[in-house]
Amino acid sequence: MALIDYANPTRFLGFAERVLPWLIGITALAFVAGLYLTQGAPDDYQQGATVKIMFLHVPTAWLSMFGWIVMSIAALGTLVWRHPLADVAAKAAAPLGAAFTFLCLTTGSLWGRPMWGTYWVWDARLTSELVLFLMYLGVIALWHTVEEPSRAARAVAILTLVGAINIPIIKWSVDWWNTLHQPASVVKLGGPAIHPAILTPLLVMAVAFTLLFVTLHIAAMRNEILRRRVRSLMLLRAQAAPGSAS
Amino acid sequence: MIFGMDLGPHADFIVAAYAIAAVVLVLMIGWIVLDHRAQKQKLAALESQGVTRRSERAVERLA
Repeated sequence: MALIDYANPTRFLGFAERVLPWLIGITALAFVAGLYLTQGAPDDYQQGATVKIMFLHVPTAWLSMFGWIVMSIAALGTLVWRHPLADVAAKAAAPLGAAFTFLCLTTGSLWGRPMWGTYWVWDARLTSELVLFLMYLGVIALWHTVEEPSRAARAVAILTLVGAINIPIIKWSVDWWNTLHQPASVVKLGGPAIHPAILTPLLVMAVAFTLLFVTLHIAAMRNEILRRRVRSLMLLRAQAAPGSAS
Repeated sequence: MIFGMDLGPHADFIVAAYAIAAVVLVLMIGWIVLDHRAQKQKLAALESQGVTRRSERAVERLA
């Protein structure tokens, strides 16, 4: 079966039912491995044990941007290809992206206090990440403002594509401006600047969090399809009721 | 010492970060599970009242 066949919501529900138990199992195993490696990781020579916060902060930071990238691709699907599941994917990704951005900000703040002496500074990286969180909240609010899902989808798609400009700003803010936040140390030219003893648990935790995002996204898409079915059945019932205008 | 780990002088910050992450992830998973259950119940209630989708009615007519 080709990937395009899953554009059919009923086929997607069948796909979700088959794939979710496997994804849940693999995600749980990845978290067990990641937390085991995290617990055994050595302290950093400068930051001590607070480096363990990095195993949460960095994956959630990556996923905060990944969520918006998923929504941007879905936005193109809505506006250009009119893919029937594109706005379902976008709507399901928004709360997940908001949750991971919130975790990125809070874990970063809790790491910043002992290392920088402050929970927050208005530097380019932190501010652009906060803007991303507010944009997620804006998108969620917009979904709830417009009642008709297809009309809401077009408005959200435009807002999402405009907001996508913030993703490269977040990524390269530490290079373009003088920030208190450290520059990239994993995804950079010349390879990671982290010792393998710390890099390995970080990458395993990143895989675990990514699997969690994918699992929850598929589950949330399934819920959204069911919600739309409930909505259309309720409209049908209202139209069939005695005394209705139709 | 927490879970056999010496987290040093900043243990409170490390524990708080993991605790907040655990709470947020549990809330997110719980919300999705409960939402799924609620939508299935609503769908079943509507179908038990005889309200079905056009595609399902078409299949029934063909049968």
